[in-house]
Amino acid sequence: MSRLDTRAEQVLWPLGFGVLVLALWEFGVRLFGVSPAILPPPSAILAAILSSGPTLWEDWVQTVVKGALNGLWMGTLAALILAVIIDRFVFLKRGLLPVANFFAALPIVGLAPIMVMWFGFDWHSKAAVVAVMVFFPMLVNMLGGLAAVDTMQRDLMRTYAASHTQTLLKLRGPAALPFLFNGLKIATSLALIGAIVAEYFGSPIRGMGFRISTEMGRLATDMVWAEIVVSAVTGTALYGIVSAIEKRVTFWHPSQRG
Amino acid sequence: MKNILPIVTIVLALIVIWYGAAFKMNSTWTYDQAARAGTEVTFSDLLSDTMQQSRPLLPAPHQIASELWNTTVEKKITSKRSMVYQGMITLKTTLLGFVFGIVIGVALATVIVLSRVGRLTLMPWAIISQTIPIVALAPIIVVLSNAVGTGTLMVPKAIIAAYLSFYPVLVSMVKGLTSPDQMQLDLLRTYGARQSDVFWKLRLPSSMPYFFASLKVAVAASFVGAVVAELSTSAISGLGARMLIGSQFGEPMIMWAALFAAAILAGLLIFLVGSFEKAARHLMGGRAL
Repeated sequence: MSRLDTRAEQVLWPLGFGVLVLALWEFGVRLFGVSPAILPPPSAILAAILSSGPTLWEDWVQTVVKGALNGLWMGTLAALILAVIIDRFVFLKRGLLPVANFFAALPIVGLAPIMVMWFGFDWHSKAAVVAVMVFFPMLVNMLGGLAAVDTMQRDLMRTYAASHTQTLLKLRGPAALPFLFNGLKIATSLALIGAIVAEYFGSPIRGMGFRISTEMGRLATDMVWAEIVVSAVTGTALYGIVSAIEKRVTFWHPSQRG
Repeated sequence: MKNILPIVTIVLALIVIWYGAAFKMNSTWTYDQAARAGTEVTFSDLLSDTMQQSRPLLPAPHQIASELWNTTVEKKITSKRSMVYQGMITLKTTLLGFVFGIVIGVALATVIVLSRVGRLTLMPWAIISQTIPIVALAPIIVVLSNAVGTGTLMVPKAIIAAYLSFYPVLVSMVKGLTSPDQMQLDLLRTYGARQSDVFWKLRLPSSMPYFFASLKVAVAASFVGAVVAELSTSAISGLGARMLIGSQFGEPMIMWAALFAAAILAGLLIFLVGSFEKAARHLMGGRAL
């Protein structure tokens, strides 16, 4: 409580904890002679990552770039457009917000088998699942964001005789940005989950979900862990990118000024 | 309840769009069948056929409703085809994961608030944990819990549910436990209160509204986690497993019925926990956040 955290402390403590866990894991597996089929030591996982780079890359492109990212921009764009339209009609907004809120809490990932049935085994069905999964959280956040302007600011725009579009572009759009990024942070992790789960229901012979389920079947656990590491790094990196852009773009917001 | 009219309008509009889409998507099949039989399709044929195919691309809402009715009310609860039976299994997983999630979330939040090192160490990892796609970890969690000797799939499924549900509790509890302001903390210092007294008599009571508010999010997360777990651990029972089975045997009606049963169950859970939250807040003097 008393003294402020230095930059070094903010990095070293979590990093040290991570290293400690890895060391205990390596040590424990060797000490108790755990079968590598159940839990491979971190060194074996690292070896698997280094030796199967091309496979991991191919899976990553299939799942993350083609499946997750395509779905992410489609779902986000659709939610943005709908939010801007809905926002003009109070009646629609009052009806849609509770419905969207409810949908956002549902296990939409259950649509995965249906989307695979509709759009086939390749990445199109994965992108479709991801698009539907990210759509509702994004919509809810955007509707909240567009309403985040107080009456005083809106009145000021009116005294300038600003049109609806001008108000949207100059005042309410920027004011909604923190909400947009908040939604994006939720959406990026949902996107990875959706893209991987959809591959469990059928996929071409590449992709992270495909690799995880087949390698698990042959008890090649080190390869499964390699995919987990890749997906974890991807998830964290996506989150980091969104946070970095957020910091750049919404530097004026109280939550960023700390 | 002034929103009831707009909500009903939106829901009705969705149902109408749904019927339109079902007509459009299922008509291809009808045309194909007719072309194969060499017959012409009139509009009324088309309309009646698209609404009652047994394996439609998109079943009409009334088909899903009747399938749901058949698999809940008409089937015995002990039958494996009963959505109530499957729903109970998912519900059990959800609640177990929910309890785990609450315990882990509160425990971590306590450590984070009470210890500076704990906060520096654990908070970044808690955030990172949520950016890792849990479905990738699911098969490993199953293998590891089998190796430890838990026997059934219930425990790994509950762990996956807890993995998603602890985070909202953690974030809210950290906010809640740090919500007492400097003035209140200073007052307790003038009383000569010990750290533990400050925790039990000031921090914990003032965190309660935050705690109850987080429960609704946590139960929804836990439910999503339970379904995701059933989808990704090749479970054989539970609503997620019904979706898998429907997919594998090419029975879309089973998938849709399971999906809607999951939606209804999720709605019920959120409503129940929401009412509990309201009641708890009322009992504690109605202090809103």
